[in-house]
Amino acid sequence: MATLGQQVLKVRSKNAGPFWITIDIFCGSDQAFAAVCARLDTAQVAALTGTPLQLVKRFDIADLNVIKLSIPRPVVQGSRDDSDMHGAALAVLLDEMEI
Amino acid sequence: MTTRVLVPSGVLGLGFDHAALMRGVAMRPDIIAIDGGSTDSGPWSLGAGQSKYARAATKGEWRLLMQARAVAGVPLVLGTSGTCGTDATVDWMFEITQDLAIELGQSLRVARLYSSQPNERIVQALEDGRLTPLTPAPALDAEGLRAMTNIVALGGVEQVQAALATGADIILCGRVTDTATIAAMPLLRGEHPGGAWHGAKIAECGALCSTNPTSGVILVDFDQTGFTVEAMAETALCTPHSVSAHMLYENSDPFQLFEPGGHLDVRGARYQALDARRVRVEGSAWVPGPYTVKLEGARASGFQTTILAVIRQAHYVANAQAWADKLHGFLTGLVEKRMGITPPAYTLEFRLIGVNAALGGLENRQGAPVEVGILGIITAETQAIASEIGKLINPFVLHYPLTEDEELPTFAFPYSPATTDRGALYEFALNHVMHLDDPMAAFRLTVSEVG
Repeated sequence: MATLGQQVLKVRSKNAGPFWITIDIFCGSDQAFAAVCARLDTAQVAALTGTPLQLVKRFDIADLNVIKLSIPRPVVQGSRDDSDMHGAALAVLLDEMEI
Repeated sequence: MTTRVLVPSGVLGLGFDHAALMRGVAMRPDIIAIDGGSTDSGPWSLGAGQSKYARAATKGEWRLLMQARAVAGVPLVLGTSGTCGTDATVDWMFEITQDLAIELGQSLRVARLYSSQPNERIVQALEDGRLTPLTPAPALDAEGLRAMTNIVALGGVEQVQAALATGADIILCGRVTDTATIAAMPLLRGEHPGGAWHGAKIAECGALCSTNPTSGVILVDFDQTGFTVEAMAETALCTPHSVSAHMLYENSDPFQLFEPGGHLDVRGARYQALDARRVRVEGSAWVPGPYTVKLEGARASGFQTTILAVIRQAHYVANAQAWADKLHGFLTGLVEKRMGITPPAYTLEFRLIGVNAALGGLENRQGAPVEVGILGIITAETQAIASEIGKLINPFVLHYPLTEDEELPTFAFPYSPATTDRGALYEFALNHVMHLDDPMAAFRLTVSEVG
């Protein structure tokens, strides 16, 4: 098994406003996109990020070879329990995920 | 007709390539538009009503833009002045503009568009059923609304167009959507609505839609069927990939963007390279809807004091979580004994830097760090209480032993005093839209002659 990060160009996460985080998986080629689209289990991402599956928005964007996943923030940006103000550390969880 | 919009960078205060700016000016834009705000750094700016960028950086860049405006002879529009777009930060930008007008010898008409909302207006809107929650929305009641230190409404193109109609040379906007300042003039002149909003979204972060994001400057030509985008730096290229990929950025949905009065749908958009530098985009649609403006609000949810210690002793590093848990239990008892308070009247949290401080409970890896930073965060009802708790726990964060039968350790404090008072902890407390019959009903315009 290989990690997602080993199979794609880049995994990026970022706030999409204070209440959402969006994760972009840049696959880099048609082949990698097709392979990752088929193997990436949205439920696995939901479990990894502690998000109820029905709240995960997923967009497989063939034109860009990008898979985009958006989740409500586990804690609202900047609130007492937030430890990642810009939401950028979350990408590492997916980057290191085995698929 | 073509409407040419020059966007110097994604935000005022982060810098841009001056040669690229002047190249853009030489191409005779109809308007220069730049954003001044963001929620991306967190709720402090809105809560406190202050800019997150240094006045010196802001003034230095605004000077160059005011000079560029004078050469171009067109309006210069700043969206979301001072990071959060409250009335106070609009006035902060106005003072900077007044200073610069005198220094540069410019006589100017300056319009200020105010977006701050009186708390009672929003309470009334809640009672009238004119607030609609977005997902996910914090719980909302009149008491919570009254406790907010700042509430702003995000204006759209209608409010920016009202400011343009004053004939102002410079428009300092309060909170507006990132796209509004760019889309306002093209829409006013009847350019393609889908193209105007889509082009504005592509250009709102400056050269982030190009191959050289830090160069800043972007030029967009809007017309009757779409838009053409080009980066102004010699080294920056706009390609169909760099442009279309920008719809991903900070958007939870890459195909739909909600704005006051409708939404943009880019599912039909086609991106075509005109040459190595320019991209043509057509096919995006604007879908009219009810006239709503998004609200942002922040309130203080407590005051904080922090303490930082660094653990280097291998025995403690290996058992850092167990040590922190044990210390936390001891300190909770100590605070109750000495100060008579218990959680949730205050909270004390230890974050273990080197273990899981970034991801908390979601962290799924374990390493073997050389040292562990212990960041203690105290949140209480007043700064005085948080500060007092900090002083009370300080000696134990320095010396607390893992087991009872070992000599007292001493950890590394990086500075004295080891505690830091952080002031108010603000939190975003609104994710709602407000329905308006008249777009200007929640906004104010002031026009002044300066210089």
